[in-house]
Amino acid sequence: MLDTETGNLTDRGKEEMQVVAFRLNAEEYAVDILSVHEINKMLDITRVPRAPEYIQGVVNLRGNVIPVINLHQRFKLGEFCQTDDSRIIIFKHGDVPAAIMVDQVSEVLGIKTADIEKASQVYSSLDSELIQGVVHIGGRLLILLNLGKLLEE
Amino acid sequence: MSMDMSQYLDIFLEESGEHLQNLSQKLLELEQHPDDLAIINEIFRSAHTLKGMSSTMGFEDMADLTHHMENVLEDLKEGRLPVSTLTVDVLLKCLDRLQSMIDSIRGGGSPACDNSDLIDMLGHIKGGGKVGVEQENTVPDPMAHPVDETGWNGFCELLNDYDLDLIQEAFNRRLNVFYIQVVVSEDCQMKSVRAFMVFKALEEDGEIIKSEPPAQELDEGRFGEEFQIILVTGIDEVTVISRLHGISEIKVGEIMKLDPSMSLDSLDMVEGTGDVHTSGRQEERSDSAPTSAQEVSSTRRIRQTVRVDIRRLDDLMNLVGELVINKGRLEQIGSSEKLTELNETIEQVDRITTDLQSVVMKVRMVPIKQVFNRFPRMVRDLTHELGKEVEFHIEGEETELDRTVIDEIGDPLVHLLRNAIDHGIEVPEERARLGKPRKALLKLTAHHEGNNVFIEVTDDGRGIDVNKIKEQAVSKGLIEPVEAEHLEGEAALALLFRPGFSTSEAISDISGRGVGLDVVKTRIGALNGEIAIGSQKDKGTTFRIRLPLTLAIIQALMVEVGDELYAIPLGSVDETTMLQENEIKMVQNQEVALLRGGVLPLASLHQLLDTPGQLQLEEENYIVVVRKGDKQYGLVCDNLVGQQEVVIKSLGKLLTGTSGLAGATILGNGKVALILDVNTLL
Repeated sequence: MLDTETGNLTDRGKEEMQVVAFRLNAEEYAVDILSVHEINKMLDITRVPRAPEYIQGVVNLRGNVIPVINLHQRFKLGEFCQTDDSRIIIFKHGDVPAAIMVDQVSEVLGIKTADIEKASQVYSSLDSELIQGVVHIGGRLLILLNLGKLLEE
Repeated sequence: MSMDMSQYLDIFLEESGEHLQNLSQKLLELEQHPDDLAIINEIFRSAHTLKGMSSTMGFEDMADLTHHMENVLEDLKEGRLPVSTLTVDVLLKCLDRLQSMIDSIRGGGSPACDNSDLIDMLGHIKGGGKVGVEQENTVPDPMAHPVDETGWNGFCELLNDYDLDLIQEAFNRRLNVFYIQVVVSEDCQMKSVRAFMVFKALEEDGEIIKSEPPAQELDEGRFGEEFQIILVTGIDEVTVISRLHGISEIKVGEIMKLDPSMSLDSLDMVEGTGDVHTSGRQEERSDSAPTSAQEVSSTRRIRQTVRVDIRRLDDLMNLVGELVINKGRLEQIGSSEKLTELNETIEQVDRITTDLQSVVMKVRMVPIKQVFNRFPRMVRDLTHELGKEVEFHIEGEETELDRTVIDEIGDPLVHLLRNAIDHGIEVPEERARLGKPRKALLKLTAHHEGNNVFIEVTDDGRGIDVNKIKEQAVSKGLIEPVEAEHLEGEAALALLFRPGFSTSEAISDISGRGVGLDVVKTRIGALNGEIAIGSQKDKGTTFRIRLPLTLAIIQALMVEVGDELYAIPLGSVDETTMLQENEIKMVQNQEVALLRGGVLPLASLHQLLDTPGQLQLEEENYIVVVRKGDKQYGLVCDNLVGQQEVVIKSLGKLLTGTSGLAGATILGNGKVALILDVNTLL
């Protein structure tokens, strides 16, 4: 939550934030760890007919029915292929829980908010709304996602 | 008292709401039966409690307003003021103000409010009754009550015939009547608190019908060292005394049990020839009003209830839901393992879970009264506003429904009632011309039927003109003229539920603000319910709503479509059947089957749900016959799995409103199955 939602970075330029880094196909993404609820192995997903295309279905998380968002579909990255490394990241935006499917969760990283380049300057064409920014860390390029925006669509 | 009252705030808000509700209801009753003393009494009591509560909580403006209301009510009670529409109007306005103050307090706002306008109005109403004004202005001197006339003899002269009525009635009901003189110790710091404690201790299972000085003055501590009361109660003298002994700083000066013979004597003494008159009124009272004995027993009953935060009940329900799911899982294991002992235990668990579930469901059930209560007032205001005359009947308000349903049904009903008064019921002149009684009849009824509750709104107004509806539907482009010709009866009336339809040509303030019956239908549909109209020209209109008892756990039919499993609420399933391939025919590119002489349109669930596989019509096909509105459809599926209890889970904000789905449920194996909503699926 917090500033990830507003994308307001100026106030906390020197602050550090922790992000969960994960992989979608060959690209590396990251989300603010504060919004992540838990990371799970793949669960049985029930397809939801007539739902928007980017919604893969719903899963049962300890008695709660949670929608699963297919980012591959959303970002047009091709088909999602389930492997042993595939994970489901459950996050909460306000009171609304949802999940995303990722190909692999790599690590938790500390980044300086000052290192985040604003999305609009980098990706002008690709869903700049959803992308909070881009971070360079040791030759890696992380795309920082704004999960809240994903639910507001 | 500088106690921290915040912990009582919730209770205060809740109870004051109930008192306001009760007051407005009783005021409306009073308007109908201006002579019913029991109603005035009840109103008076409610107002008095409200005043006490608000002043205890420190909401002075509220207490002040109720105090002034009480003055007017007292005049009504004593017959100094006739019950008129004006009086009732002003009192209702006061209730509105109190409600808005309570709302403001609930919202964390200030309890302060300038009520001088209403207080002026109340004063104006009282105007004529100079007695009242004087009473209000003179601060009563404690010594004004003659000292030498203490004791029963002095007191019984203060009893008016209304009090004597009550006493006589208590005798008739074999209740004990005590005269008690309570002496408060000289150095008592908070006399009013002691008096309050006495009242509280005694009213636990009785009623104080008279006190001297009056309760109001006792509340404010305006009395000397003693006060006198008449108590009607079921308990005996010893218990009364021991209760009073439990309160510090007071003692019982004199206690006397009144008995019928004695009372008649004093009645003669005081009233002289007033006997006949008194007994005459008693009869009236005893059949028209809740008597004090009933009240005594009802207070006793109320004390056995507990107020529980509704969220806790929701949590409890969720946990029971989890239990049901896991019970299902156990059953699956049990059936595959085939262990006798395990299966016996599972049966036990099953029985307990079912009981638990039904208990929790019952706890969550609320009488529909909660919703119906606010309607008499609304109907009254509306009819006045529109210059119509309506007699409003409510039946079956004790019918119970799950809280989740109760919360949702209010608005649709408001809409239907408004519609009925605004569009359905004619003005009195027109009714007279048509040979109908000037006063229209509007009925709101509720009753149980199986797992459903039916609510009906019936008026005897002008009814709905089918042809006019068809015309309008055509002119609005909702249907083709050709279509209109074939529509008849209910099917034509159902056009009213189409979005963008409004019959009244002149849009009034009351209804027709752009939202129409389609919204009502959607809301009821969202509750898994249905709505139907019946109407006869010039005879009236009936809206009939069917609602499920609960939304939390339902019986569903599980069906297989491809390799997916879906639940169809049993409420919308009429039957299941098996059709041979050659029984399925094509008519106008639509698959149909003949079922008991009728034509049943078929729809493939594969197609409706875009499942990956394709359904091939086989030699034998499973059909679930469902009902949508008044039409039947056959859903073709691959397999019928069976009937099962399912716990309805919301699909969450992201997916609610997805057409064709009513929610999701979790199966015994932990997988999610979707619950189909037949109304939006087809």
